[in-house]
Amino acid sequence: MSTVATSQIKLTPEHARPRASVRSRLQDALPKIVLAPSFGITIVFVYGFILWTIYLSFTNSKTFPSYVLTGSRAYQRLWGWTFDTDPPSSWYTSITNMGIFGFLYIAICLALGLFLAILLDQKIRGEGVLRPIYLYPMALSFIVTGVAWKWFLDPGLGLEQTLHQWGWTSFHFDWIKNKDFVIYTVVIAGVWQASGFIMAMFLAGLRGIDGEIMKAAQIDGATTFQLYRRIVIPLLRPIFLSAFIVLAHLAIKSYDLVVALTSGGPGGSAWLPSNFMYEYTFKRNEMAVGSASAVIMLMTIVAIIVPYLYSELREKPR
Amino acid sequence: MLRKLLIGTALASGLAFAAHAEDVKEVQMLHWWTSGGEAAALNVLKGDLAKEGYAWKDVPVAGGGGDAAMTALKAMVAAGNYPTASQMLGYTVLDYAAAGVMGDLTETAKKEGWDKSVPAALQKFSVYDGKWVAAPVNVHSVNWLWINKAVLDKIGGTEPKTFDDFVALLDKAKAAGVIPLALGGQNWQEATMFDSVVLSTGGPEFYKKAFNDLDDESLKSDTMKKSFDNLAKLVTYVDPNFSGRDWNLATAMVIKGDALVQVMGDWAKGEFHAANKTPGTDFLCYRFPGTDGSVIYNSDMFGMFNVPDDRKAAQVALATATLSKSFQSAFNVVKGSVPARTDVPDTDFDACGKKGIADLKAANEGGTLFGSLAQGYGAPPAVANAYKDVVSKFVHGQIKTSDEAVTELVKAIDDAK
Repeated sequence: MSTVATSQIKLTPEHARPRASVRSRLQDALPKIVLAPSFGITIVFVYGFILWTIYLSFTNSKTFPSYVLTGSRAYQRLWGWTFDTDPPSSWYTSITNMGIFGFLYIAICLALGLFLAILLDQKIRGEGVLRPIYLYPMALSFIVTGVAWKWFLDPGLGLEQTLHQWGWTSFHFDWIKNKDFVIYTVVIAGVWQASGFIMAMFLAGLRGIDGEIMKAAQIDGATTFQLYRRIVIPLLRPIFLSAFIVLAHLAIKSYDLVVALTSGGPGGSAWLPSNFMYEYTFKRNEMAVGSASAVIMLMTIVAIIVPYLYSELREKPR
Repeated sequence: MLRKLLIGTALASGLAFAAHAEDVKEVQMLHWWTSGGEAAALNVLKGDLAKEGYAWKDVPVAGGGGDAAMTALKAMVAAGNYPTASQMLGYTVLDYAAAGVMGDLTETAKKEGWDKSVPAALQKFSVYDGKWVAAPVNVHSVNWLWINKAVLDKIGGTEPKTFDDFVALLDKAKAAGVIPLALGGQNWQEATMFDSVVLSTGGPEFYKKAFNDLDDESLKSDTMKKSFDNLAKLVTYVDPNFSGRDWNLATAMVIKGDALVQVMGDWAKGEFHAANKTPGTDFLCYRFPGTDGSVIYNSDMFGMFNVPDDRKAAQVALATATLSKSFQSAFNVVKGSVPARTDVPDTDFDACGKKGIADLKAANEGGTLFGSLAQGYGAPPAVANAYKDVVSKFVHGQIKTSDEAVTELVKAIDDAK
């Protein structure tokens, strides 16, 4: 078919050219045409609304969007709240919680995921059964995870109550009711949900490592620890990048987990910036402050992700 | 599949076309009354409208609850797609009215005599700029104690008349080994209780000045400090596990006899009824000690939007049915609240309802009917939520002393104003 077509073109180039060029132009353009709607939608609904939010943060919007620019008052209020540490302002609580939650969630998920993946990679029996068991929590929504852990961690219903009934009456675990520790219960539930998925990513990475390298290292007398420390983990670097990006965006957008697990925590002590944004925009009718906090969240993500992506991707072209 | 869709679209557009010719016989309603008792109460209204030939169409809200509904409403209004009416609370009505999207029911109001029968305090929210924009459905009152009678008899207690009586009663319960005070540690519940504490500590004048007029002097006064001290005292009587508990679970503790008393609005009565308990024999409703004669209220309203002319007739029918005496009585008997007009006979109500109706009437006439700050009837949402923050942080220990609480309260309210 194609040979016939090419031979025809070769035979009668003058006549065939316009026809073929319309078709090939269409073919060239086809991917662009197919992608155009989703591209347009993304431009409007993601980047367009980012710009709109930035604009709103400089207005005096309250219940409804207002388009009167009034300067950076919303940012000034947030800046003032950033240093209200005693008693902690809601904004201060939100950003410190973001720091604690983000760091622990990402670090523990990476460590635990890698550890589980290495264990599962020891060619053990029943891997096909174990893998989905660890992966399964990822199939649950944050709401389900939150509610399940809320019941489990509630001192009057879950773990503490059960252990008391079994006779261990001195057992005490009320973090979920404690303003200073409630954020760590969010970490526990979050890690439970995501670490299995991170394990699967690392497992795929481990399977991709060339066995020859491992054998060569073993012949050179490397211990198992050295093998992993010097060879396997450095080779997994791209997986670390992917896992980090997946976890970082999950951490920053966690809103439902906090609501389902703690409904905000005692005195709002479990808030994350996303909770702050929703509360101020929709419940307190302070849309300008809500928008400003959203912009700050975006800037934080950009400040973390962009340098990381830059440093990682720059080395790639070989 | 595609054909079905096409036929459906054709039918729908055909219907829309036909409907243009005459009035739309349909009421589109946004609300979050989906739980058993509330849905049953609303069915009364649906029945009334059906008799007049108006179909009822719920505007679906994903997730339930007032917050989700308000977010949905905001989106609908922003898109210019107004429902006939929406369940709304307090300042939200005024916000929307200020944005110019509410309808005008003044004619109906005149004909039905709402001006005289609806308490003036409620009209502050249902009338904007001289125009009726909302139909109040009910009046809830928050300064109530809900007491398990069996537990009260067991510990030999009587109705507390003053705050000190109340503390003595709680002590008795504690000594008898029951949880004295059932509280859900969510900010709105704590603040709702604090509304009553302030009214009890400072009296009606003080409550009005501080929580309705937001007077700075009152907010930072020693009386406010005393109120926070009293709140701190009450919090010592809750069980250690109270944080984050839902209000109905706290009510369940009282129903089951695990706890003696709950301070909650009269929607708690619905829970007692659902558990087949009768007022007077199984449970008791007293006014919060020291607040007898005053009523701290909140009210559900149906905000009426500025719909196109062909839908106005349905809106008027809805508003008229909502404020009809028969519906006000039937609905509020089921809901636990009291009618939004003071001329509805109380024959069908139980003992607590009768007391509620009498109290509302007296408070309306005596000028002691006040909006609840915690429930969004004392000040706009920004202020109300700032207030809830401070109370909740005080209850949970982020704010350590009543001095600090007062400073924070003034600061938060000024900041939000």
